[in-house]
Amino acid sequence: MLADYGYVGLLLVVAIFFAVTTLLLPFSLSLPARLAIYSRKFRNYLETRFPFLARFIPPFPSPPKFMQVVPYNPSPVKSSPFECGMETIGRSWVQFNFRYYFYALVFIALDVLVVFLYPWAVQLRGLGFFGFFAVLIFIGIIIIGYLYAWKKKVLEWK
Amino acid sequence: MEIEEVYSRQQIDEAEGRQINELIARSQEPIPDPDDWLDEELKRNVLLTSVDAVLDWARRTSLWPVFCFPACCAFEFMTTAASRFDISRFGMEIVRASPRQADLMITAGTLTWKMAPQVKRIYDQMAEPKWVIAMGACAISGGIFRSSYSVVPGYNRIIPVDVYLPGCPPRPEALLYAIRMIHKKIASRSLIQEGK
Repeated sequence: MLADYGYVGLLLVVAIFFAVTTLLLPFSLSLPARLAIYSRKFRNYLETRFPFLARFIPPFPSPPKFMQVVPYNPSPVKSSPFECGMETIGRSWVQFNFRYYFYALVFIALDVLVVFLYPWAVQLRGLGFFGFFAVLIFIGIIIIGYLYAWKKKVLEWK
Repeated sequence: MEIEEVYSRQQIDEAEGRQINELIARSQEPIPDPDDWLDEELKRNVLLTSVDAVLDWARRTSLWPVFCFPACCAFEFMTTAASRFDISRFGMEIVRASPRQADLMITAGTLTWKMAPQVKRIYDQMAEPKWVIAMGACAISGGIFRSSYSVVPGYNRIIPVDVYLPGCPPRPEALLYAIRMIHKKIASRSLIQEGK
């Protein structure tokens, strides 16, 4: 019993170790390249803003090239969450006509009708009169809904 | 009921045209090819060279192409990717739809200036280090559409190109040759030694 708990603990330790290393590998491997870029940026900032101080502060040593195997070159385009295609112009909160919604609802009803009509039409002879009347009742129910939508002036675009 | 239009079509067209004209003005000169490490004789050191060999081998044998096929050379790429020519032999089986997961751009075909900002954006978002094969006459120089006002005269106007692959369209064997060439180019690059 106790040994089982030991195995479970070992498994957890291995799992956590694996997850953490996998998640941190890209970061830790690109750390020297990151340091090089940040030190260069800091140096530029120091020399442009505080040129007097920059004379006394020795430059931060950049990590050697053999440590910068994993490259790190960020740019505003690369870091943006938007990936490819056309960039949106203006706000994306554009209003749509709500009548599209009614059209979608009517379409969904007729869509299901087609799904049921196809298998029935394929086996028309085999299903006989029972199948015919069943489909007729089904179409009748949907036509009631269609007539209701018609009466409520959903199909008019004004 | 009248729905208020936030931006008219004309405004959207004007904004896009402004962006494209800026790109044209910026890219009048071709970008030099990234090949400065090819002619160099490095001071080879046994330990570093073997590390270099392993790193370069890892890089060149798992290239990930990105979807960027603006025109008809894409069909030759499809043939190359399919079972007969089979680029999975070179470790590039899957073409990624996301530029963030890819590091090789095979630019197949004619590029218009209208499409150029998007291609440049895809290139900018690809993972480092990234490589570009300009496939076909249009990708090299604009091809027979070179004198057109709307065609980019060569992809090297907007992105640095590593390997130029002539042909209209190039045969799948030619594309495989270009892939071998890019493998060679990657293999000759020293990742960890000082200098390039």
